[in-house]
Amino acid sequence: MLENFSFRTIVEYLPLFGQGLITTVWLSALSFVGALIVGIVLCAMNLQRGWLFRVPAKAYIDAVRATPLLAQLYFLYFGLPRLGFVLPELVVGILALSLNSGAYIAEIIRAGILSIPRGQVEASVASGMTYVQRMRLVVLPQAFKVTIPPLLGQGIVLVKDSALLSLISVSELTRAGQLLASDRFMPAEGFLTIAAFYLLLYYGLKGLAGVSSRWLGTAGART
Amino acid sequence: MIWQQLQSLAGSYPLALRGLGMTVMLSLISLVLGTLLGFGLGILRTGGNRLISGLIGAWVDLIRGTPFLVQIFLIFFILPEFGIELDAFTAGIIALTNLAACFICEIVVAGIRSVPTGQVEAALASGLSRWQRMRQVVLPQAMRIVLPPLVGQYVLLIKDSSVVSAIGLTDLTRVGWLVVQRVPNGLLVFFLVGVGYFIVCYPLIMLARRLEQRMGAAHGEVQL
Repeated sequence: MLENFSFRTIVEYLPLFGQGLITTVWLSALSFVGALIVGIVLCAMNLQRGWLFRVPAKAYIDAVRATPLLAQLYFLYFGLPRLGFVLPELVVGILALSLNSGAYIAEIIRAGILSIPRGQVEASVASGMTYVQRMRLVVLPQAFKVTIPPLLGQGIVLVKDSALLSLISVSELTRAGQLLASDRFMPAEGFLTIAAFYLLLYYGLKGLAGVSSRWLGTAGART
Repeated sequence: MIWQQLQSLAGSYPLALRGLGMTVMLSLISLVLGTLLGFGLGILRTGGNRLISGLIGAWVDLIRGTPFLVQIFLIFFILPEFGIELDAFTAGIIALTNLAACFICEIVVAGIRSVPTGQVEAALASGLSRWQRMRQVVLPQAMRIVLPPLVGQYVLLIKDSSVVSAIGLTDLTRVGWLVVQRVPNGLLVFFLVGVGYFIVCYPLIMLARRLEQRMGAAHGEVQL
C-alpha cells in the first residue's frame, strides 16, 4: 500500500510542480490562440463555394481528426528538422497543439455559423447589406454565443492534451511528475500531485464554461 | 538516398503490421468492455439512488479532468504498490476501458434523459418492471441520441490508444518511433503511421456523420 507516501518530498518538489503548472498554463493559452487563428482560417476556407480552398481545408480537418495527436506531434518533432527547421521542443509542441486543436475549432465555428437560420441571412441580403456587414452585424454575433461553450470545452481538451508534450521532453506539469517518479522512485507522489493540479485547471475551466453559458443564456433571452 | 530509405521501410513492414494489430486489439477489447461498463454506469447513474449516482458522477469528473497520459502512469506505476502486478498490456486495457466507460456513461445518461418522462410513466402504468422499462421503453428510444456520439467516442478511443506507447507497448505509434531511429525520415515514417490510423478511423468518422444526419433528419432535430 502507500504507507511510505511522502508529503515532505512533494513539498520539496513544489517549486518544480509550480513551474510545470505555469508552463502548462501559458503554453496551453498560447496554443489556444494559435488554434483559434488556424480554426478561423480553416473555417473560412471550408465555407467557400469554390473547391480550390474548400477541398484542402476539408482534407486537412479530416486528416487531423482521424489521426492521434501523439503521431502528429512525432510527425512534426522528427519531421521538421528534415525540412531544415530545427526548433526547440517547446515551439514544436505549441505548433502541434495549435494545428491539432485548430481543426476541431474550425468545425465548432462552422457549426456555430451554420446554426444561424437561413432566413436571417436572406433577410439581411434583402436589406441590402454587404457580405461584411451581414457577417459582422447578423451572423457572427449570434454564432459567437453558440460557439463559446464548445470552445471552452476544446480549451479543456487542449490543456489535457498538452500533457503529451512531456513525451518530447518539454518541461511542463506532467514532466515534473515524471522527474519526481524517476529521480526519487516515487511515482505515486509525482503522478497523484500532477493529477491534482490538472483537476484544479479542469474545475477552473469548467466553472468558467458554466458561468459563460449562464451569462450567454441570459444575454440570449434578452434579444 | 530516398530509395534506400524506402527499402529499409519496406523491410520493417512486419513490425508495422504487428503495431497496427496491437492498436486494433487494444482498441477493440477496451471498446467492448468500455461500452458494457459505460452503459452499466449510465443506467446506474440515472437509477435514482443519490449516493451511487453521486459517486459515479465524481469518478467520471476525475477521469474527464485529468490527461489520459497521467491516468496510464497512475495505473501502471501505482497499482503495483497495492500488490497488483500488471504488465503494460493489461494496464493499457484497464486505462482505456476506464476512459471509454466514463465518456460513454455521460453519453448514455444524456440519451436516457432525452426520453420524455411520459414514456416512463406510461411504462410504469402498464405494469412493466424496472428492467423491462429500461430495456423495452427507455433504451431503444435513447439509442437515437446515444449512437452518433458513441461512434465518435470509438474514434477517440482508437486515437487515445496511441498514448499507451508511453509505457512501452509496441502499438502503431511506438513502431513509428522505433523505425524513425533507424530510418531518419520523420516526415515519411509518421506520414505512414498516420495513414495506418486514418484507414481505421476514417470509416468510423464517416459512419458517425451518417448516423448524425440520419437520426437528426428522421426526427427533425438538429444535433450539434
